[in-house]
Amino acid sequence: MNDDREAILSRVRGALAPLRERAALPTYDSEVAVMRGLIAGRDLVELFCERARRVGAVALSDPAALVARLRAESRFRGYCDPVLWPRLAPYFAGGDFQVEVTFDRTRVDDYGFGITRAAAAIAESGTIVLNDTTTSTRLAALAPWVHVAVVARDAIFSDISQAVAALGHDRNVVWCTGPSKTADVEGILIEGVHGPGTQIALVVDWESSGL
Amino acid sequence: MRFQPIDQFAKNLPPATRASVYQSTKTTHEKRTKLLFDQFAEPDRLREIAGEIKQHAIENLDTYLPQVEAKLKANGAHVHWASTAESACATVLQIMRARGATKMVKAKTMVSEEIELAHYLEKHGMEALETDLGEFIIQIDHDHPSHIVRPIIHKNRREIAQSFEREGLGSYNDDPATITQRARHFLRHKYLAADVGLTGANFVSAESGRIVLVTNEGNSRFCLAATKCHIALIGIEKIVPRDRDLALLLNLLGRSGTAQDLTVYTEFIGGPKLPAQPDGPEEMHVIFVDNGRTEVLASDCREILRCIRCGACLNVCPVYRQASGHAYRSVYPGPVGAVLSPLLAGEKFPQLADLPKASSLCGACHEVCPVNIPIPDLLLRLRARAKDENVPSPGTPPMGAWALLASQPTAWRAALAGGKLIDYLPTKLIPVPALQAWAAKRELPAWRGGEFRKWLKNRPR
Repeated sequence: MNDDREAILSRVRGALAPLRERAALPTYDSEVAVMRGLIAGRDLVELFCERARRVGAVALSDPAALVARLRAESRFRGYCDPVLWPRLAPYFAGGDFQVEVTFDRTRVDDYGFGITRAAAAIAESGTIVLNDTTTSTRLAALAPWVHVAVVARDAIFSDISQAVAALGHDRNVVWCTGPSKTADVEGILIEGVHGPGTQIALVVDWESSGL
Repeated sequence: MRFQPIDQFAKNLPPATRASVYQSTKTTHEKRTKLLFDQFAEPDRLREIAGEIKQHAIENLDTYLPQVEAKLKANGAHVHWASTAESACATVLQIMRARGATKMVKAKTMVSEEIELAHYLEKHGMEALETDLGEFIIQIDHDHPSHIVRPIIHKNRREIAQSFEREGLGSYNDDPATITQRARHFLRHKYLAADVGLTGANFVSAESGRIVLVTNEGNSRFCLAATKCHIALIGIEKIVPRDRDLALLLNLLGRSGTAQDLTVYTEFIGGPKLPAQPDGPEEMHVIFVDNGRTEVLASDCREILRCIRCGACLNVCPVYRQASGHAYRSVYPGPVGAVLSPLLAGEKFPQLADLPKASSLCGACHEVCPVNIPIPDLLLRLRARAKDENVPSPGTPPMGAWALLASQPTAWRAALAGGKLIDYLPTKLIPVPALQAWAAKRELPAWRGGEFRKWLKNRPR
């Protein structure tokens, strides 16, 4: 409401007018909030996998291991980004899987897994970075119990500050640090509230980040 | 003897609730401290910088608000302004009506609690469903959140299981995993059927117009994947100057609130979805809400506007741990609430003027605050304001006789000498029940009145 705009801004100006000086924006090195001791000298892929496991995510580098895991959990129906599918399809051979390359939102509960591309990852926090440019559908990366994010080996940031600096112009960037969780009921940790109960990062060398 | 309202509430709190609030706040607080001190050489330095950033932001809102408005518009969002709770609610309703929308899914936002948005929309024939598990349970129980981050910290699994049974979400089962799964299945179809997704914002960058949202459950992600219209309800104090400041603040927010390096989902929203993306809002509205904030900005307590709603001060507060959140009779409980609630109350300040008094001023809240808000100082300023405005203070012992003595040196000296008589007084026999209860387990130390004066007079110069 336009009247409200003017009213609010004039009250803000009125409230600040009596201040003799305004607090200055501090100068600081972003390094202060980086866990450098953790990162220094480490291979970023290795560190990312270690940190991802610490927050309850699964880090894999072999698509065959991914397929074995889905099979062991009897998750035979799922979604795969059409761009990734030609590369992954051979691993899903055997006739027991039913993988769709379009996501039908009227059947969300049919999909046991969703495989989409990640834009990047953050080693320091074990975070997977999704965005609208690389994620083929937001729902497929969110609604199935298992989400598999395919991360390019060369797209791993060392720390959170670096990842913030690289946010770019994408309209929707989502950092996923482990599976969806809650501790609302008596402080007991439960995974898989609205989003994935299992968050998998598949780190590969055949995807390129274009970073 | 009359009690302060908060003491009265604490006195009547079921012991089981007190025990669970105490235990879970203590655990979170201890984990927070361990994380910060294990991971950073100077965690207090981080809090100081973050405090300076936010103080700068609120003291320059006259520049940053128009700047962020321009950025948001350039990003394709519609920007609205709401002076009051009524105006904010009406704006949401208007946006929904313009789209022919009837169903809203809501992520957790404290501003929406503040303006009682869900009630308002329901009254006007809209469905407004809370999707955060805790807030959903609060909604079906017609209850109020008792913690900023953990809304149902005051409830146990049996009560929740009964509520789910009553609402037809399955037969009685108090296993937390089952409760969560039932909510998951019920709510995902609600998201998909909804017209509008409403969120708050943890931060808004003035530099890029990016809105930052954090959740652990992923409910705000679902709101922004399933619906076609996004409404973000944002207090005007949520602005941070630059994107780079977000890295520091996000590092502090997760650790301070829930003892996580990062909250599970951190979303950076820079406008409606791109055409190539099949899911998500085509339309985005941002509503900047004042609702008393400019009055806080004009007051001598403006530091409280730095608050990033992490809940760390609640978790560490000895009063909150004993009294739980409903004792604060307002949306914001705990130390932050004891400052913010009376300030936001406007003309109703006297009704909440007792909150700043319910503190021993121990300073623990200041020590843990990720934006370094000097909460004890603000509590004192509000106590002074209550005194200036002659707000009655129930439960405060009369201090008139003491004030008389303390302001007249002769009388004071006489009292110091005469006080020796207390040593011979049979305290246990004085017919005042409160005094007898106190004296039953304690003894007064021997009278030492006048010792300091004696020392001062005789000390070598």
